Amino acid sequence: MFKAFLIKYAEIGIKGKNRYLFEEALVDQIRFALKKVEGEFKVHRTQGRIYVDALSEFDFDETIQGLQKVFGISGICPVVYAEDEGFEKLGKDVIEFIDKVYPEKNKTFKVQARRARKNYPMDSMEINCELGGVILDAYPEMKVDVHHPEIELNVEIREKIYIYSQIIPGPGGMPVGTNGKAMLLLSGGIDSPVAGYMISKRGVKIDAVYFHAPPYTSERAKEKVVDLARYVAAYSGPMKLHIVNFTDIQLYIYEKCPHDELTIIMRRFMMKIAEKIALESGCLGLITGESIGQVASQTMQSLAATNEVCTLPVYRPLIGFDKQEIVEISERIDTYETSVLPYEDCCTIFVAKHPVTKPNVKVIKGHEKNLEEKIDEMVETALSSREILDIE
Amino acid sequence: MEVYLDNSATTKVMDEAAHLVVEIFTKDYGNASSMHKKGVSAERYIKYAKETLAKIMKVKDKEIYFTSGGTESDNWALIGSAYANMRAGRHLITTQIEHPAILQTMDYLERQGFEVTYLPVSKEGIVSLDALRKALRPDTILVSIMQVNNEVGAMQPIEEAAAIIKKQNPQTLFHVDAVQGFGKLPMYPKKWGVDMVSVSGHKIHAPKGIGILYVREGVKIRPLIYGGGQQKNYRSGTENVPGAAGIAKAAELLYKHLDRDTERLYELRRYFIGELLQMDDVYINGPLEEGAAPHIVSASIKGIRSEVLLHALEERDIFVSAGSACASKKHTVSATLQAMQIEQALLDSTIRFSFSIYTTKEELDDTLKALREIIPMLRRYKRH
Repeated sequence: MFKAFLIKYAEIGIKGKNRYLFEEALVDQIRFALKKVEGEFKVHRTQGRIYVDALSEFDFDETIQGLQKVFGISGICPVVYAEDEGFEKLGKDVIEFIDKVYPEKNKTFKVQARRARKNYPMDSMEINCELGGVILDAYPEMKVDVHHPEIELNVEIREKIYIYSQIIPGPGGMPVGTNGKAMLLLSGGIDSPVAGYMISKRGVKIDAVYFHAPPYTSERAKEKVVDLARYVAAYSGPMKLHIVNFTDIQLYIYEKCPHDELTIIMRRFMMKIAEKIALESGCLGLITGESIGQVASQTMQSLAATNEVCTLPVYRPLIGFDKQEIVEISERIDTYETSVLPYEDCCTIFVAKHPVTKPNVKVIKGHEKNLEEKIDEMVETALSSREILDIE
Repeated sequence: MEVYLDNSATTKVMDEAAHLVVEIFTKDYGNASSMHKKGVSAERYIKYAKETLAKIMKVKDKEIYFTSGGTESDNWALIGSAYANMRAGRHLITTQIEHPAILQTMDYLERQGFEVTYLPVSKEGIVSLDALRKALRPDTILVSIMQVNNEVGAMQPIEEAAAIIKKQNPQTLFHVDAVQGFGKLPMYPKKWGVDMVSVSGHKIHAPKGIGILYVREGVKIRPLIYGGGQQKNYRSGTENVPGAAGIAKAAELLYKHLDRDTERLYELRRYFIGELLQMDDVYINGPLEEGAAPHIVSASIKGIRSEVLLHALEERDIFVSAGSACASKKHTVSATLQAMQIEQALLDSTIRFSFSIYTTKEELDDTLKALREIIPMLRRYKRH
């Protein structure tokens, strides 16, 4: 019965002169999301509102699920169209609408009419009153409540008449593309995909970088990261995934530096490489899934030590989250099951039994001097030999 | 050049079998149970397949049943015969080194009230006949022993075991999981006193999704799968005609040159093992020569995790499998290697090379060359 959706958006409504740009971005993202949905749709802006019209048969649930992945949408209202064939017909359409959507009639309601077409013979107040009367006649068990109704029945008079009452919650946030781009350090774990999702929710476009270390990590581990990137891209839109071969650098660090500092030095180089790719790609920051104290490399001291190598800001949206809170989000965005597949990632292969938890940047830098001979060349090689995948 | 040494995992389908299968998929695609002539021509393939396989095993056509693969054959043999014979007793015997298709099914039967004895093996992975003799009881209804162990290639003394079992009690059934032996070694169930044999198609250059269970005429067995009553009500489900024809074609061609091919594989194996043993700290698991199947070499390379070596070989397009999978979060140690009491430090360092009739000496030389380069490199970087 539903033929269209009215898209509600919250935050972007308050952006003054930029409002146009935000709405454009939202329309683009909706179009992109609906490409994957069965059916043909027209997305258009009319008088400050965004509508999705179905031009063909479509799968309702799939459409809602698609729209629920578009950041910037705060609510999705399924709309029924009625032809304007006089008020009596409108009354019948409204009664039918209520009957289909609310099998249980014992509810309070109000009618909220809007006239986009001012030549309609009645004004909004008249429509509210008259339709209210029609509804009460048809369903005596319903009651009017103009302040806190259970059902707010919206009737919009346009070329056609739009009737809707439900608001299905959207994901919130801001449309991707309205807040620049950032580079996500994506591992195979639970945290980094969630971090990408969260920053993307604020309207940030995302590219990702993954460090793999064959033969210590497998082709399957790489596949897993590609899969995770796809899940994130379902929200963030298409992204580039940069796959950097990190084996030689890792082994070089292993040979030249104290083993208990291996992880921290490795992470410093990962950040350096990620930043180089970020700058090349026009990113304004890096994103990691770090959370204070979760592992040895995420203590305050370790974070300071890894942070120190970058000039770009590093966004860590999970910094104050407990593992369980992160797991809950990852389950919601479908990354959890993939994240827990047991393939080794390059951070765990040579991890020391007792890695430093309070690294001293000066000491670390001293040890990094041991790498001077070859490291720049190795970083260059890692960068130039990286594989770049388009993820949609 | 790609070097595929993981033939115990699965094999390339033989051209002749693939052509026949495609022909049946696209032209003679009738349902073997249909009454019209398309059904009849499909049924002809089933007949050909049964005749061919029966001839290879020197058994009767009607003793061959088609299944979906080795796992189903094993499940059916154990569950079907255990339930059909439970009035005679509830004791079952198998070995500690069987494939999970046997071990997990036995575990299921234990939970259903059967009692299972797991026979130990020697350091070479060969089942102890003494232990078998001692384990047999008047209420033993079924013994299941594999023909060739899938991880180390140890051949089990099937003929001798059959003699022991049947001497004790001719009613005790003997099932053999021949998934790794069929197509590489002779299999004569009747001559040997074996009552049931499981075979899988995809291990012998036939497609995946087809298997055989030989069931000697007179063996009491219940169906595992119920339905339209195909295969004399013993195994319902539309006959997999292309699969049946494919497995028969592959088996026919393999057994045609079995002696010649087996001899060649033994030579390759001997050469490969000889070269491996010249490398530092490389050990062979299972029998070196006597008692070894021709196509499996299990080697432990001290100080290197099998998974890493596997991926390093993979980078050079050489495909092998790891003896026991160890990942950072999940640790599964091979039951076979444990039963053989392999040194703890070597458990995680075990690689399986498995050959096929297509394996060449050049491929093995490439592999050996790769190993000589990779092993010292990987040994430099140890985990803590």
